[in-house]
Amino acid sequence: MSRRALLELVAALAAAAIVLLVAALVPWLRFVLTIAIAKGIAVLGILLLLRAGQVSFGHALYVALAAYAAAFAAPRMPEALLLLPLGALVSGAVGLVVGLFVVRYREIFFGMLNLALSMVFYSVLEKFYALTHGTDGIRLPAIRYVGTALGPEEAGWATLAVAILLALGFGAFVRVYLLSPMGEALSAMKTRETRLEFMGIPARRVLLAAYVLSAVMAGCGGVIIAMTTRHVTPALAYWTASGELVFIAILGGAGSVFGPFLGAFGYELTRTYAAALVADAWQMILGIVLLGVILFAPGGLWGMGRSALRRRPAGEGAA
Amino acid sequence: MTALLAARGLRLAFGGVKAADGVDLDVRAGEHLAIIGPNGAGKTTFINMVTGYLKPQAGEIAFEGRPILGLSPRRIVRLGIARSFQLPQLFTEHTVLQNAALAVASRGTFWSAIRPLLDGAHVAEASELLGRFGLSDLAGRRADALNEGARKLADIAMALALKPRLLLMDEPTSGVAASEKMAIVETLVRVLREAGVTAVFVEHDMDVVARFADRVAVWNQGRISALGPPATILEDPAVQRDVIGIRVREGADAAA
Repeated sequence: MSRRALLELVAALAAAAIVLLVAALVPWLRFVLTIAIAKGIAVLGILLLLRAGQVSFGHALYVALAAYAAAFAAPRMPEALLLLPLGALVSGAVGLVVGLFVVRYREIFFGMLNLALSMVFYSVLEKFYALTHGTDGIRLPAIRYVGTALGPEEAGWATLAVAILLALGFGAFVRVYLLSPMGEALSAMKTRETRLEFMGIPARRVLLAAYVLSAVMAGCGGVIIAMTTRHVTPALAYWTASGELVFIAILGGAGSVFGPFLGAFGYELTRTYAAALVADAWQMILGIVLLGVILFAPGGLWGMGRSALRRRPAGEGAA
Repeated sequence: MTALLAARGLRLAFGGVKAADGVDLDVRAGEHLAIIGPNGAGKTTFINMVTGYLKPQAGEIAFEGRPILGLSPRRIVRLGIARSFQLPQLFTEHTVLQNAALAVASRGTFWSAIRPLLDGAHVAEASELLGRFGLSDLAGRRADALNEGARKLADIAMALALKPRLLLMDEPTSGVAASEKMAIVETLVRVLREAGVTAVFVEHDMDVVARFADRVAVWNQGRISALGPPATILEDPAVQRDVIGIRVREGADAAA
Protein backbone atom coordinates (compact mmCIF):
# COMPACT_ATOMS: atom_id res chain seq x y z
CA MET A 1 0.00 0.00 0.00
CA SER A 2 1.38 3.38 -0.95
CA ARG A 3 1.90 6.10 1.62
CA ARG A 4 -0.90 8.11 0.11
CA ALA A 5 -3.35 5.19 0.22
CA LEU A 6 -2.46 4.63 3.86
CA LEU A 7 -3.01 8.32 4.62
CA GLU A 8 -6.41 8.22 2.93
CA LEU A 9 -7.37 5.09 4.85
CA VAL A 10 -6.47 6.77 8.15
CA ALA A 11 -8.40 9.88 7.08
CA ALA A 12 -11.46 7.78 6.19
CA LEU A 13 -11.40 5.93 9.51
CA ALA A 14 -10.92 9.20 11.39
CA ALA A 15 -13.86 10.70 9.52
CA ALA A 16 -15.99 7.66 10.45
CA ALA A 17 -14.99 8.10 14.11
CA ILE A 18 -15.87 11.80 13.98
CA VAL A 19 -19.29 11.01 12.51
CA LEU A 20 -19.98 8.52 15.32
CA LEU A 21 -18.75 11.01 17.92
CA VAL A 22 -20.93 13.83 16.57
CA ALA A 23 -23.92 11.47 16.42
CA ALA A 24 -23.33 10.56 20.06
CA LEU A 25 -22.90 14.17 21.23
CA VAL A 26 -25.76 15.66 19.19
CA PRO A 27 -28.37 12.87 19.06
CA TRP A 28 -30.76 14.60 16.67
CA LEU A 29 -27.94 14.88 14.08
CA ARG A 30 -27.65 11.08 13.83
CA PHE A 31 -30.58 10.98 11.40
CA VAL A 32 -29.12 13.81 9.28
CA LEU A 33 -25.69 12.16 9.18
CA THR A 34 -27.13 8.78 8.15
CA ILE A 35 -29.06 10.37 5.29
CA ALA A 36 -25.94 12.33 4.28
CA ILE A 37 -23.87 9.13 4.10
CA ALA A 38 -26.59 7.38 2.10
CA LYS A 39 -26.57 10.24 -0.41
CA GLY A 40 -22.77 10.24 -0.41
CA ILE A 41 -22.80 6.57 -1.45
CA ALA A 42 -25.21 7.38 -4.30
CA VAL A 43 -23.02 10.33 -5.33
CA LEU A 44 -19.98 8.02 -5.53
CA GLY A 45 -21.77 6.51 -8.54
CA ILE A 46 -22.35 9.98 -10.01
CA LEU A 47 -18.61 10.58 -9.59
CA LEU A 48 -17.82 7.53 -11.76
CA LEU A 49 -19.98 8.94 -14.54
CA LEU A 50 -18.49 12.42 -14.10
CA ARG A 51 -15.06 10.88 -14.71
CA ALA A 52 -16.30 9.90 -18.16
CA GLY A 53 -17.61 13.45 -18.64
CA GLN A 54 -21.24 12.32 -18.36
CA VAL A 55 -23.83 13.79 -16.01
CA SER A 56 -26.98 11.86 -15.13
CA PHE A 57 -29.97 13.97 -14.12
CA GLY A 58 -31.95 10.85 -13.28
CA HIS A 59 -30.08 8.79 -10.74
CA ALA A 60 -32.79 9.29 -8.13
CA LEU A 61 -34.48 6.57 -10.19
CA TYR A 62 -32.11 4.00 -8.71
CA VAL A 63 -32.33 5.44 -5.20
CA ALA A 64 -36.14 5.23 -5.35
CA LEU A 65 -36.21 1.80 -7.04
CA ALA A 66 -34.18 0.23 -4.25
CA ALA A 67 -36.06 2.15 -1.55
CA TYR A 68 -39.41 0.87 -2.88
CA ALA A 69 -37.99 -2.64 -3.32
CA ALA A 70 -37.03 -2.52 0.36
CA ALA A 71 -40.45 -1.13 1.32
CA PHE A 72 -42.28 -3.90 -0.58
CA ALA A 73 -40.05 -6.67 0.76
CA ALA A 74 -39.74 -5.44 4.36
CA PRO A 75 -43.09 -6.79 5.68
CA ARG A 76 -42.09 -10.34 4.71
CA MET A 77 -38.34 -9.95 5.13
CA PRO A 78 -37.56 -7.25 7.71
CA GLU A 79 -33.82 -7.99 7.71
CA ALA A 80 -31.39 -5.15 6.90
CA LEU A 81 -28.70 -7.49 5.66
CA LEU A 82 -31.12 -8.97 3.09
CA LEU A 83 -32.86 -5.73 2.10
CA LEU A 84 -29.56 -4.06 1.18
CA PRO A 85 -28.46 -6.72 -1.34
CA LEU A 86 -32.03 -6.90 -2.66
CA GLY A 87 -32.10 -3.14 -3.31
CA ALA A 88 -28.64 -3.26 -4.88
CA LEU A 89 -29.71 -6.15 -7.11
CA VAL A 90 -32.94 -4.48 -8.28
CA SER A 91 -31.20 -1.19 -9.03
CA GLY A 92 -28.24 -2.96 -10.66
CA ALA A 93 -30.51 -5.08 -12.88
CA VAL A 94 -32.59 -2.10 -13.99
CA GLY A 95 -29.35 -0.12 -14.39
CA LEU A 96 -28.06 -2.80 -16.76
CA VAL A 97 -31.19 -2.73 -18.93
CA VAL A 98 -31.42 1.07 -18.97
CA GLY A 99 -27.65 1.33 -19.32
CA LEU A 100 -27.56 -0.76 -22.50
CA PHE A 101 -29.70 1.97 -24.00
CA VAL A 102 -28.39 5.20 -22.48
CA VAL A 103 -24.64 4.52 -22.88
CA ARG A 104 -25.17 5.00 -26.62
CA TYR A 105 -25.72 8.68 -25.91
CA ARG A 106 -23.42 11.39 -24.61
CA GLU A 107 -23.59 14.61 -22.64
CA ILE A 108 -26.93 16.43 -22.76
CA PHE A 109 -28.69 13.46 -24.38
CA PHE A 110 -27.32 11.10 -21.75
CA GLY A 111 -28.40 13.45 -18.98
CA MET A 112 -31.86 14.09 -20.38
CA LEU A 113 -32.61 10.42 -21.13
CA ASN A 114 -31.81 9.57 -17.53
CA LEU A 115 -34.03 12.42 -16.39
CA ALA A 116 -36.89 11.24 -18.62
CA LEU A 117 -36.72 7.65 -17.38
CA SER A 118 -36.62 8.74 -13.74
CA MET A 119 -39.70 10.91 -14.28
CA VAL A 120 -41.53 7.99 -15.91
CA PHE A 121 -40.83 5.98 -12.77
CA TYR A 122 -41.95 8.90 -10.61
CA SER A 123 -45.28 8.97 -12.47
CA VAL A 124 -45.70 5.21 -12.06
CA LEU A 125 -45.14 5.53 -8.30
CA GLU A 126 -47.59 8.40 -8.10
CA LYS A 127 -50.40 7.03 -10.28
CA PHE A 128 -50.54 3.32 -9.42
CA TYR A 129 -52.24 4.03 -6.13
CA ALA A 130 -53.44 0.47 -5.48
CA LEU A 131 -49.86 -0.75 -5.44
CA THR A 132 -47.77 2.23 -4.31
CA HIS A 133 -50.29 4.32 -2.32
CA GLY A 134 -49.38 7.28 -4.54
CA THR A 135 -47.98 10.34 -2.83
CA ASP A 136 -48.89 8.89 0.57
CA GLY A 137 -46.06 6.42 0.09
CA ILE A 138 -45.40 3.23 1.99
CA ARG A 139 -44.36 2.84 5.62
CA LEU A 140 -41.73 0.27 6.51
CA PRO A 141 -42.07 -1.99 9.56
CA ALA A 142 -39.30 -2.13 12.16
CA ILE A 143 -36.21 -3.65 10.57
CA ARG A 144 -34.17 -6.44 12.18
CA TYR A 145 -30.39 -6.48 12.15
CA VAL A 146 -28.84 -9.96 11.83
CA GLY A 147 -32.15 -11.35 13.03
CA THR A 148 -32.28 -9.12 16.12
CA ALA A 149 -35.22 -6.80 16.73
CA LEU A 150 -33.95 -3.43 18.00
CA GLY A 151 -35.57 -0.47 19.68
CA PRO A 152 -35.79 2.80 17.68
CA GLU A 153 -32.62 4.15 19.34
CA GLU A 154 -30.54 1.03 18.68
CA ALA A 155 -31.95 0.67 15.16
CA GLY A 156 -30.83 4.24 14.40
CA TRP A 157 -27.32 3.41 15.54
CA ALA A 158 -27.30 0.16 13.62
CA THR A 159 -28.38 1.86 10.39
CA LEU A 160 -25.69 4.51 10.84
CA ALA A 161 -23.09 1.79 11.41
CA VAL A 162 -24.20 -0.11 8.29
CA ALA A 163 -24.10 3.15 6.31
CA ILE A 164 -20.57 3.92 7.50
CA LEU A 165 -19.35 0.41 6.67
CA LEU A 166 -20.89 0.59 3.20
CA ALA A 167 -19.40 4.05 2.64
CA LEU A 168 -15.94 2.80 3.62
CA GLY A 169 -16.32 -0.28 1.44
CA PHE A 170 -17.64 1.50 -1.64
CA GLY A 171 -15.18 4.35 -1.14
CA ALA A 172 -12.25 1.93 -1.13
CA PHE A 173 -13.69 0.07 -4.11
CA VAL A 174 -14.20 3.20 -6.20
CA ARG A 175 -10.72 4.42 -5.32
CA VAL A 176 -9.19 1.15 -6.59
CA TYR A 177 -11.51 1.11 -9.60
CA LEU A 178 -10.55 4.63 -10.71
CA LEU A 179 -6.86 3.75 -10.62
CA SER A 180 -7.35 0.51 -12.57
CA PRO A 181 -7.24 0.37 -16.38
CA MET A 182 -11.07 0.32 -16.35
CA GLY A 183 -11.20 3.54 -14.37
CA GLU A 184 -8.48 5.22 -16.40
CA ALA A 185 -10.29 4.23 -19.59
CA LEU A 186 -13.38 5.87 -18.12
CA SER A 187 -11.60 9.21 -17.77
CA ALA A 188 -9.87 8.69 -21.13
CA MET A 189 -13.36 8.54 -22.67
CA LYS A 190 -13.87 12.10 -21.60
CA THR A 191 -11.05 13.35 -23.83
CA ARG A 192 -10.68 10.88 -26.75
CA GLU A 193 -13.35 8.25 -26.99
CA THR A 194 -12.53 7.20 -30.58
CA ARG A 195 -8.92 6.50 -29.65
CA LEU A 196 -10.14 3.93 -27.15
CA GLU A 197 -11.87 2.02 -29.93
CA PHE A 198 -8.68 2.11 -32.00
CA MET A 199 -6.88 0.63 -28.98
CA GLY A 200 -9.34 -2.26 -28.86
CA ILE A 201 -11.12 -0.94 -25.75
CA PRO A 202 -14.94 -1.06 -25.99
CA ALA A 203 -15.80 2.44 -24.76
CA ARG A 204 -19.52 1.79 -24.39
CA ARG A 205 -18.92 -1.25 -22.22
CA VAL A 206 -16.51 0.74 -20.06
CA LEU A 207 -19.28 3.29 -19.54
CA LEU A 208 -21.90 0.55 -19.05
CA ALA A 209 -19.86 -1.05 -16.27
CA ALA A 210 -19.60 2.32 -14.53
CA TYR A 211 -23.31 2.94 -15.07
CA VAL A 212 -24.34 -0.37 -13.50
CA LEU A 213 -21.99 0.25 -10.57
CA SER A 214 -23.48 3.71 -10.13
CA ALA A 215 -26.98 2.19 -10.09
CA VAL A 216 -25.92 -0.37 -7.46
CA MET A 217 -24.44 2.35 -5.25
CA ALA A 218 -27.51 4.55 -5.67
CA GLY A 219 -29.58 1.50 -4.72
CA CYS A 220 -27.64 0.93 -1.50
CA GLY A 221 -28.10 4.61 -0.68
CA GLY A 222 -31.82 4.20 -1.35
CA VAL A 223 -32.22 1.23 1.02
CA ILE A 224 -30.40 3.11 3.80
CA ILE A 225 -32.69 6.10 3.27
CA ALA A 226 -35.72 3.78 3.40
CA MET A 227 -34.51 2.12 6.60
CA THR A 228 -33.70 5.48 8.19
CA THR A 229 -36.89 7.36 7.34
CA ARG A 230 -39.03 4.15 7.38
CA HIS A 231 -41.26 5.85 4.84
CA VAL A 232 -40.83 5.95 1.06
CA THR A 233 -42.66 8.37 -1.23
CA PRO A 234 -42.48 9.15 -4.96
CA ALA A 235 -40.53 12.32 -4.04
CA LEU A 236 -37.45 10.05 -3.84
CA ALA A 237 -37.60 9.70 -7.65
CA TYR A 238 -38.51 13.31 -8.43
CA TRP A 239 -36.10 15.24 -10.66
CA THR A 240 -35.09 17.56 -7.84
CA ALA A 241 -33.77 14.50 -5.97
CA SER A 242 -31.61 13.65 -9.00
CA GLY A 243 -30.47 17.24 -9.21
CA GLU A 244 -29.56 17.09 -5.53
CA LEU A 245 -27.14 14.22 -6.25
CA VAL A 246 -25.44 16.20 -9.02
CA PHE A 247 -25.39 19.26 -6.76
CA ILE A 248 -23.65 17.25 -4.02
CA ALA A 249 -21.16 15.83 -6.55
CA ILE A 250 -20.16 19.32 -7.70
CA LEU A 251 -20.17 20.75 -4.17
CA GLY A 252 -17.90 17.95 -2.92
CA GLY A 253 -15.70 17.74 -6.00
CA ALA A 254 -15.02 14.86 -8.38
CA GLY A 255 -11.31 14.68 -7.63
CA SER A 256 -11.48 12.10 -4.86
CA VAL A 257 -13.76 9.54 -3.25
CA PHE A 258 -13.89 11.88 -0.24
CA GLY A 259 -15.64 14.51 -2.38
CA PRO A 260 -19.12 12.93 -2.44
CA PHE A 261 -19.16 12.56 1.35
CA LEU A 262 -17.79 16.03 2.02
CA GLY A 263 -20.43 17.34 -0.37
CA ALA A 264 -23.20 15.30 1.24
CA PHE A 265 -22.32 16.44 4.78
CA GLY A 266 -21.99 20.03 3.58
CA TYR A 267 -25.31 19.84 1.79
CA GLU A 268 -27.34 18.14 4.50
CA LEU A 269 -25.89 20.24 7.34
CA THR A 270 -26.33 23.50 5.42
CA ARG A 271 -29.88 22.47 4.63
CA THR A 272 -30.66 21.51 8.20
CA TYR A 273 -29.20 24.63 9.82
CA ALA A 274 -30.24 27.04 7.09
CA ALA A 275 -33.79 25.69 7.27
CA ALA A 276 -33.79 26.22 11.04
CA LEU A 277 -32.31 29.73 10.89
CA VAL A 278 -33.94 31.18 7.78
CA ALA A 279 -36.85 28.90 7.05
CA ASP A 280 -37.90 30.51 3.77
CA ALA A 281 -34.50 31.11 2.28
CA TRP A 282 -32.51 27.92 2.72
CA GLN A 283 -32.53 27.14 -1.01
CA MET A 284 -31.12 30.60 -1.62
CA ILE A 285 -28.26 29.91 0.79
CA LEU A 286 -27.54 26.58 -0.93
CA GLY A 287 -27.68 28.32 -4.31
CA ILE A 288 -25.16 30.93 -3.21
CA VAL A 289 -22.88 28.22 -1.81
CA LEU A 290 -23.00 26.30 -5.10
CA LEU A 291 -22.41 29.46 -7.12
CA GLY A 292 -19.38 30.20 -4.95
CA VAL A 293 -18.04 26.66 -5.45
CA ILE A 294 -18.43 26.77 -9.22
CA LEU A 295 -16.89 30.24 -9.56
CA PHE A 296 -14.07 30.03 -7.04
CA ALA A 297 -13.43 26.35 -6.29
CA PRO A 298 -14.22 24.17 -9.30
CA GLY A 299 -12.56 21.26 -7.45
CA GLY A 300 -15.33 21.43 -4.82
CA LEU A 301 -14.85 21.13 -1.08
CA TRP A 302 -12.28 18.38 -1.61
CA GLY A 303 -10.29 20.57 -4.01
CA MET A 304 -10.41 23.48 -1.54
CA GLY A 305 -9.15 21.29 1.28
CA ARG A 306 -6.37 19.82 -0.79
CA SER A 307 -5.05 23.14 -2.06
CA ALA A 308 -5.13 24.44 1.54
CA LEU A 309 -2.96 21.48 2.55
CA ARG A 310 -0.59 22.05 -0.36
CA ARG A 311 -0.13 25.68 0.48
CA ARG A 312 1.49 24.69 3.77
CA PRO A 313 5.28 24.72 3.78
CA ALA A 314 6.89 21.58 2.35
CA GLY A 315 7.75 18.78 4.76
CA GLU A 316 4.75 19.46 6.95
CA GLY A 317 2.99 16.26 6.04
CA ALA A 318 1.41 17.44 2.80
CA ALA A 319 -0.61 14.65 1.16
CA MET B 1 6.98 -12.90 -50.62
CA THR B 2 3.53 -13.23 -49.09
CA ALA B 3 1.34 -10.21 -48.57
CA LEU B 4 0.56 -9.31 -44.95
CA LEU B 5 -2.29 -7.12 -46.12
CA ALA B 6 -4.03 -7.57 -49.45
CA ALA B 7 -6.57 -5.06 -50.74
CA ARG B 8 -8.50 -5.89 -53.91
CA GLY B 9 -10.80 -3.70 -55.97
CA LEU B 10 -11.50 -1.14 -53.21
CA ARG B 11 -14.09 1.41 -54.22
CA LEU B 12 -15.40 4.27 -52.12
CA ALA B 13 -16.83 7.56 -53.34
CA PHE B 14 -17.92 10.54 -51.26
CA GLY B 15 -20.59 12.10 -53.47
CA GLY B 16 -18.78 12.69 -56.74
CA VAL B 17 -15.29 12.38 -55.25
CA LYS B 18 -13.75 8.97 -55.85
CA ALA B 19 -11.42 8.35 -52.91
CA ALA B 20 -10.84 4.77 -54.04
CA ASP B 21 -11.70 3.68 -57.55
CA GLY B 22 -10.64 0.07 -57.87
CA VAL B 23 -7.53 -0.04 -55.69
CA ASP B 24 -5.38 -3.18 -55.53
CA LEU B 25 -2.55 -2.97 -53.03
CA ASP B 26 -0.39 -5.56 -51.29
CA VAL B 27 1.64 -4.78 -48.19
CA ARG B 28 4.53 -7.19 -47.81
CA ALA B 29 5.53 -8.52 -44.42
CA GLY B 30 8.37 -6.48 -42.95
CA GLU B 31 8.35 -3.61 -45.43
CA HIS B 32 7.83 0.11 -44.91
CA LEU B 33 5.42 1.24 -47.59
CA ALA B 34 4.87 4.95 -48.23
CA ILE B 35 1.69 6.22 -49.81
CA ILE B 36 2.12 9.58 -51.51
CA GLY B 37 -0.19 11.67 -53.63
CA PRO B 38 -2.04 14.96 -53.82
CA ASN B 39 -4.30 16.15 -51.00
CA GLY B 40 -7.75 14.64 -51.14
CA ALA B 41 -6.59 11.71 -53.27
CA GLY B 42 -7.87 9.14 -50.78
CA LYS B 43 -4.73 8.18 -48.85
CA THR B 44 -6.24 8.63 -45.39
CA THR B 45 -9.40 6.96 -46.65
CA PHE B 46 -7.31 3.86 -47.29
CA ILE B 47 -6.16 3.82 -43.64
CA ASN B 48 -9.75 4.36 -42.53
CA MET B 49 -10.93 1.44 -44.65
CA VAL B 50 -8.23 -0.93 -43.42
CA THR B 51 -8.91 -0.05 -39.77
CA GLY B 52 -12.66 -0.53 -40.15
CA TYR B 53 -13.58 3.12 -39.65
CA LEU B 54 -14.98 3.40 -43.20
CA LYS B 55 -16.55 0.60 -45.21
CA PRO B 56 -15.73 0.51 -48.93
CA GLN B 57 -18.66 0.24 -51.34
CA ALA B 58 -16.89 -2.63 -53.10
CA GLY B 59 -13.75 -4.68 -52.75
CA GLU B 60 -12.00 -6.94 -50.28
CA ILE B 61 -9.30 -6.54 -47.65
CA ALA B 62 -7.49 -9.52 -46.19
CA PHE B 63 -5.02 -9.44 -43.29
CA GLU B 64 -2.81 -12.52 -43.04
CA GLY B 65 -5.18 -14.21 -45.46
CA ARG B 66 -8.24 -13.46 -43.34
CA PRO B 67 -10.98 -11.15 -44.66
CA ILE B 68 -11.39 -8.18 -42.32
CA LEU B 69 -13.94 -6.11 -44.16
CA GLY B 70 -16.98 -5.33 -42.03
CA LEU B 71 -15.19 -5.91 -38.73
CA SER B 72 -15.30 -3.12 -36.16
CA PRO B 73 -12.16 -1.01 -35.53
CA ARG B 74 -11.90 -2.78 -32.16
CA ARG B 75 -11.84 -6.28 -33.67
CA ILE B 76 -9.32 -5.22 -36.29
CA VAL B 77 -7.01 -3.81 -33.62
CA ARG B 78 -7.22 -7.13 -31.79
CA LEU B 79 -6.15 -8.90 -35.00
CA GLY B 80 -2.91 -6.91 -35.05
CA ILE B 81 -3.47 -3.71 -37.02
CA ALA B 82 -2.85 -0.43 -35.18
CA ARG B 83 -2.90 3.13 -36.44
CA SER B 84 -1.65 6.57 -35.53
CA PHE B 85 -3.35 9.81 -36.45
CA GLN B 86 -2.55 12.90 -38.45
CA LEU B 87 -3.85 14.92 -35.51
CA PRO B 88 -2.49 13.06 -32.48
CA GLN B 89 -5.32 11.49 -30.47
CA LEU B 90 -3.93 11.57 -26.95
CA PHE B 91 -5.87 11.48 -23.68
CA THR B 92 -5.15 15.11 -22.90
CA GLU B 93 -5.99 15.02 -19.19
CA HIS B 94 -3.59 12.12 -18.60
CA THR B 95 0.19 12.16 -18.45
CA VAL B 96 2.25 10.78 -21.31
CA LEU B 97 3.11 7.78 -19.13
CA GLN B 98 -0.56 7.15 -18.35
CA ASN B 99 -1.38 7.35 -22.05
CA ALA B 100 1.25 4.77 -22.89
CA ALA B 101 0.39 2.56 -19.90
CA LEU B 102 -3.28 2.53 -20.87
CA ALA B 103 -2.31 1.43 -24.37
CA VAL B 104 -0.14 -1.32 -22.88
CA ALA B 105 -2.97 -2.40 -20.56
CA SER B 106 -5.52 -2.40 -23.37
CA ARG B 107 -3.62 -5.22 -25.04
CA GLY B 108 -3.69 -7.73 -22.25
CA THR B 109 -5.94 -8.90 -19.50
CA PHE B 110 -7.73 -5.62 -19.49
CA TRP B 111 -11.02 -6.72 -17.99
CA SER B 112 -9.55 -8.77 -15.21
CA ALA B 113 -7.11 -6.06 -14.24
CA ILE B 114 -8.40 -4.47 -11.08
CA ARG B 115 -4.85 -3.73 -9.95
CA PRO B 116 -3.71 -0.15 -10.57
CA LEU B 117 -2.91 0.92 -14.11
CA LEU B 118 0.33 2.39 -12.88
CA ASP B 119 1.61 -0.80 -11.30
CA GLY B 120 4.99 -2.40 -12.00
CA ALA B 121 4.34 -4.30 -15.21
CA HIS B 122 2.40 -1.69 -17.18
CA VAL B 123 4.66 1.14 -16.11
CA ALA B 124 7.83 -0.79 -16.84
CA GLU B 125 6.73 -1.58 -20.36
CA ALA B 126 5.31 1.90 -21.00
CA SER B 127 8.49 3.58 -19.68
CA GLU B 128 10.68 1.35 -21.79
CA LEU B 129 8.57 2.17 -24.85
CA LEU B 130 8.71 5.92 -24.18
CA GLY B 131 12.46 5.56 -23.72
CA ARG B 132 12.80 4.05 -27.19
CA PHE B 133 10.95 7.07 -28.59
CA GLY B 134 13.16 9.47 -26.61
CA LEU B 135 10.16 10.63 -24.56
CA SER B 136 11.39 9.58 -21.10
CA ASP B 137 11.86 13.16 -19.92
CA LEU B 138 8.27 14.00 -20.84
CA ALA B 139 6.67 10.92 -19.24
CA GLY B 140 5.28 12.88 -16.29
CA ARG B 141 3.89 15.74 -18.38
CA ARG B 142 0.26 16.06 -19.27
CA ALA B 143 -0.32 15.09 -22.88
CA ASP B 144 -1.78 18.50 -23.74
CA ALA B 145 1.43 20.23 -22.63
CA LEU B 146 3.66 18.69 -25.35
CA ASN B 147 4.90 20.26 -28.56
CA GLU B 148 3.66 18.84 -31.84
CA GLY B 149 6.70 16.65 -32.48
CA ALA B 150 6.45 14.96 -29.09
CA ARG B 151 2.69 14.56 -29.48
CA LYS B 152 3.23 12.82 -32.83
CA LEU B 153 5.77 10.45 -31.31
CA ALA B 154 3.58 9.74 -28.28
CA ASP B 155 0.66 9.03 -30.60
CA ILE B 156 2.74 6.51 -32.57
CA ALA B 157 4.15 5.04 -29.34
CA MET B 158 0.57 4.34 -28.19
CA ALA B 159 -0.14 2.53 -31.44
CA LEU B 160 3.07 0.53 -31.12
CA ALA B 161 2.24 -0.35 -27.51
CA LEU B 162 -0.54 -2.52 -28.94
CA LYS B 163 2.22 -4.73 -30.47
CA PRO B 164 0.69 -4.67 -33.93
CA ARG B 165 2.05 -6.66 -36.85
CA LEU B 166 0.90 -3.86 -39.16
CA LEU B 167 1.19 -0.19 -38.19
CA LEU B 168 -0.60 2.46 -40.25
CA MET B 169 0.64 6.02 -39.79
CA ASP B 170 -1.24 9.01 -41.16
CA GLU B 171 1.30 11.74 -41.95
CA PRO B 172 3.70 11.04 -39.08
CA THR B 173 5.64 14.28 -39.65
CA SER B 174 2.93 16.76 -40.66
CA GLY B 175 2.59 19.82 -38.46
CA VAL B 176 6.09 19.32 -37.08
CA ALA B 177 8.65 22.11 -37.34
CA ALA B 178 11.02 21.51 -40.29
CA SER B 179 14.01 21.51 -37.95
CA GLU B 180 12.53 18.65 -35.90
CA LYS B 181 11.29 16.60 -38.80
CA MET B 182 14.33 14.49 -39.67
CA ALA B 183 15.07 13.78 -35.99
CA ILE B 184 11.57 12.36 -35.64
CA VAL B 185 12.01 10.30 -38.79
CA GLU B 186 15.32 8.90 -37.54
CA THR B 187 13.65 7.93 -34.26
CA LEU B 188 10.77 6.26 -36.09
CA VAL B 189 12.99 4.35 -38.51
CA ARG B 190 15.10 3.06 -35.63
CA VAL B 191 12.15 2.09 -33.40
CA LEU B 192 10.16 0.41 -36.16
CA ARG B 193 13.16 -1.55 -37.45
CA GLU B 194 13.92 -2.72 -33.90
CA ALA B 195 10.31 -3.74 -33.39
CA GLY B 196 10.32 -5.47 -36.77
CA VAL B 197 6.86 -4.11 -37.48
CA THR B 198 5.43 -3.73 -40.97
CA ALA B 199 4.46 -0.12 -41.56
CA VAL B 200 2.35 1.81 -44.04
CA PHE B 201 2.59 5.57 -43.87
CA VAL B 202 0.96 8.42 -45.70
CA GLU B 203 3.46 11.23 -46.26
CA HIS B 204 3.82 14.48 -48.16
CA ASP B 205 7.50 15.15 -47.52
CA MET B 206 9.60 13.41 -50.19
CA ASP B 207 12.78 13.62 -48.09
CA VAL B 208 10.99 11.61 -45.41
CA VAL B 209 9.75 9.12 -48.00
CA ALA B 210 13.24 8.70 -49.46
CA ARG B 211 14.69 8.10 -46.00
CA PHE B 212 11.98 5.83 -44.68
CA ALA B 213 10.30 3.83 -47.44
CA ASP B 214 11.19 0.47 -48.96
CA ARG B 215 8.44 0.93 -51.52
CA VAL B 216 6.33 3.87 -52.59
CA ALA B 217 2.73 3.79 -53.83
CA VAL B 218 1.42 6.85 -55.63
CA TRP B 219 -2.26 7.40 -54.93
CA ASN B 220 -3.84 9.61 -57.52
CA GLN B 221 -7.56 10.26 -58.09
CA GLY B 222 -8.55 7.11 -56.27
CA ARG B 223 -6.07 4.83 -58.04
CA ILE B 224 -2.54 3.57 -57.52
CA SER B 225 -0.83 5.20 -60.46
CA ALA B 226 2.67 3.92 -59.69
CA LEU B 227 4.29 1.47 -57.28
CA GLY B 228 7.93 0.59 -56.74
CA PRO B 229 11.15 1.34 -54.92
CA PRO B 230 11.67 5.01 -53.96
CA ALA B 231 14.65 5.48 -56.29
CA THR B 232 12.52 4.55 -59.31
CA ILE B 233 9.25 6.17 -58.24
CA LEU B 234 10.66 9.49 -57.06
CA GLU B 235 12.57 9.85 -60.38
CA ASP B 236 9.51 9.01 -62.48
CA PRO B 237 8.60 12.14 -64.52
CA ALA B 238 4.86 11.57 -64.11
CA VAL B 239 5.25 11.16 -60.35
CA GLN B 240 7.53 14.18 -60.19
CA ARG B 241 4.85 16.20 -61.89
CA ASP B 242 2.33 15.08 -59.23
CA VAL B 243 4.79 15.52 -56.40
CA ILE B 244 6.02 18.87 -57.60
CA GLY B 245 2.39 19.83 -58.06
CA ILE B 246 1.83 19.17 -54.35
CA ARG B 247 4.80 21.24 -53.37
CA VAL B 248 3.70 24.19 -55.45
CA ARG B 249 0.16 24.00 -54.07
CA GLU B 250 1.31 23.72 -50.48
CA GLY B 251 3.64 26.67 -51.02
CA ALA B 252 0.78 28.67 -52.48
CA ASP B 253 -1.45 27.79 -49.50
CA ALA B 254 1.24 28.88 -47.10
CA ALA B 255 1.70 32.17 -48.94
CA ALA B 256 -2.03 32.86 -49.10
